[in-house]
Amino acid sequence: MSRIESIISELSSISNNPKKAMEDYKKETGKGSVGVMPYYAPEEIIHAAGFLPVGIWGGQKSISKARAYLPPFACSIMQSVMEMQLEGVYDDLEAVLFPVPCDTLKCLSQKWKGTSPVIVFTHPQNRKLEAANKFLAEEYRLVREKLEKILSVQISDEALNNSIEIYNENRKVMREFTDIAANYPNIIDPIKRHAIIKARFFMEKSKHTAMVKELNSELIALPVEAFTGKKVVLTGIMAEPNEVLDILKDNGFAVVADDLAQESRLFRNDVPSGTDPLYRLAKWWQEFDGCSLAVDTKKSRGPMLMDMVKVYKADAVVVCMMKFCDPEEFDYPIYYRQFEEAGIKSLFIEIDLETTSFEQTKTRVQSFSEML
Amino acid sequence: MTDTTNMMAKELLGFYQEELYEEARRAKKEGKLVCWSASVAPSELCVTMDIAMIYPETHAAGIGARKGALDMLEVADEKGYNLDTCSYARVNLGYMELLKEEALTGKTPEKLEKTPAARIPLPDLLITCNNICNTLLKWYENLAVELNIPLIIIDVPFNHTMPIPQYAKDYIAEQFKDAITQLEEICGKKFDYDKFLKVQEQTQRSVAQWNRVASLSSHKPSPLNCFDLFNYMALIVCARSKDYAEITFKKFADELEENLKNGIYAFKGSEQKRVTWEGIAVWPHLGHTFKGLKNLGNIMTGSAYPGLWNLSYTPGDMSSMAEAYTRIYINTCLDNKVKVLSDIISGGKCDGVVYHQNRSCKLMSFLNVETADMLQKENGLPYVSFDGDQTDPRNFAPAQFDTRVQALDEMMKQKEGVSNE
Repeated sequence: MSRIESIISELSSISNNPKKAMEDYKKETGKGSVGVMPYYAPEEIIHAAGFLPVGIWGGQKSISKARAYLPPFACSIMQSVMEMQLEGVYDDLEAVLFPVPCDTLKCLSQKWKGTSPVIVFTHPQNRKLEAANKFLAEEYRLVREKLEKILSVQISDEALNNSIEIYNENRKVMREFTDIAANYPNIIDPIKRHAIIKARFFMEKSKHTAMVKELNSELIALPVEAFTGKKVVLTGIMAEPNEVLDILKDNGFAVVADDLAQESRLFRNDVPSGTDPLYRLAKWWQEFDGCSLAVDTKKSRGPMLMDMVKVYKADAVVVCMMKFCDPEEFDYPIYYRQFEEAGIKSLFIEIDLETTSFEQTKTRVQSFSEML
Repeated sequence: MTDTTNMMAKELLGFYQEELYEEARRAKKEGKLVCWSASVAPSELCVTMDIAMIYPETHAAGIGARKGALDMLEVADEKGYNLDTCSYARVNLGYMELLKEEALTGKTPEKLEKTPAARIPLPDLLITCNNICNTLLKWYENLAVELNIPLIIIDVPFNHTMPIPQYAKDYIAEQFKDAITQLEEICGKKFDYDKFLKVQEQTQRSVAQWNRVASLSSHKPSPLNCFDLFNYMALIVCARSKDYAEITFKKFADELEENLKNGIYAFKGSEQKRVTWEGIAVWPHLGHTFKGLKNLGNIMTGSAYPGLWNLSYTPGDMSSMAEAYTRIYINTCLDNKVKVLSDIISGGKCDGVVYHQNRSCKLMSFLNVETADMLQKENGLPYVSFDGDQTDPRNFAPAQFDTRVQALDEMMKQKEGVSNE
């Protein structure tokens, strides 16, 4: 097995088995894990406490127990997270960090069905004001206090600033990776690309950084290959289950860039420099744009996606629409119109973590591929 | 000028609603500014600046109640709005598209021509506030970009922990200041703080009369059916910073008190059971839901929804005003939400609760199971839930509603003698 293959295989296995990653971390450090709900929680604070931040993104699941607590029109990801709460999947977590940037998450933050303590905080949405930074830094101060109490640790400014640097390094390496991967679509297919990125949620970040860094340098040592398929940019919350990515791969699509909440949105900006770490983390939210969950009166997402299509010479945008996610559904008509006006092709596919039948997606992707 | 002195409350309600729309149309004609506003965004700011106001949620509810929603929903659908998103938003965004088309082509689209609701002008600016949902942020983002006009945002962060911390009030108060700066730029004139104080005082007088009306449902039998609040709500939304609301609510409260004195109650015959309605009205089927309860001898004496406009604060104190706009029960943690509803239920001396599982409103639906469970543990009262929608008529099944309220009625009657007094 080449070094490239073995790194990918290791990261894929981590991304497929978070439970084992948590157990390994405990064995190694003696410390537990803290859950991180979507979207955009400052997991650096958990890292600075020495605990493992673990991303909670649900999973492919049929929904039964959650039906008693959520109507069918709740988004697919939260249906699946609720189902897993009821199954006790998250009960090994020492705590769960819970941001509430949409109405669904506001409600869900009040009804955690697992046993772990939940720490809720609110992102401000009038983001460009300085007052918003102050507010969020204060929310983060309380998050830190609550974590310190639950985990019985002290989280110093120094440790936090250090964790921010570790995360920024990971963000930088991930941006490099997604750029490099775009040149090697035959090696880094959509599923591998996703697994390499997803492993971030279950690893101490400097370890993830080291592996991806090595992967990057192995990749760039290879000649850039000719690619005969089509290049696409993904946008949305996430592009799971893997069957969706399989379908893209089978139809000769390469993901050359993404604007997914589970992927690039997390690392396209660094946490800005400064001395007060909580203020720095707050400022990240102010500078972050192009996401349905971060209010933007200019709605820069459409123009941003069109830029990405240009920069990465993509053939189209694939809209991965999380079923029943209203913030994403509100963005769609605007950027769709902008795409139409600019002659940019796009394909709308529905993301449903409950589904096991992908025939519709397959047909849509096939006919789209013929159209391009 | 029309003489309003001898008008009954109901006439005043109709008169002032029409007057508000006329003011906006007149303003547009005269080249003055028109603002579209979220229903619980601070109206004080724009009213101080003499900006004519339109409230799309009320307008959308009006279209729905007059059976005109489907046409607008169809336009939104064609623009790519998912059927799963809020129907108020879709009705309004559909309406906006038609107005835009008319402005661009000079021709009135057929759907706009025949829509049953009052005609409203396109806005020159927007103001929104997320104290009743984050949908109002996304909806207004879209209006702003489609019309290329300024959007003022008052963001009131979800209060996951009560009481509301000072730093949250400070953040909101800072936004009031920023909104004032934006308004000064848009209007090209200074903000008049003396007038602002007067507008705040007016708002408080309107709110006081509104609360006076709402409190009358505590009488048993009740002179007020809270279904009436769904109608009168239009003025607490659209005119609370003007005397229109104060005059109308005062008249209405006077009438109800007079009725009470004379033994005239809201329920003709004798009220059997009293219910709390949790959630927004089903506007396209308002008559059906009203009659469904009435035919069983039941009256609505509790509703938390109109209480969203219980915006009492100290005029002149920005922090107090910030608190009033953020403490709305659906913008707070579950414990507080339950506490507010519990007071509504006991205040209305209710025997049961009806929960509207509203396809349009995730925020007012996704905690219903927990809310109902906690309240029942506390007060032992029966409850039912039904599926509906505030303005999309397709998401409501009259037969399901009837079956559910019948079941509630039976449960309430089984508890006969165990009244919640």
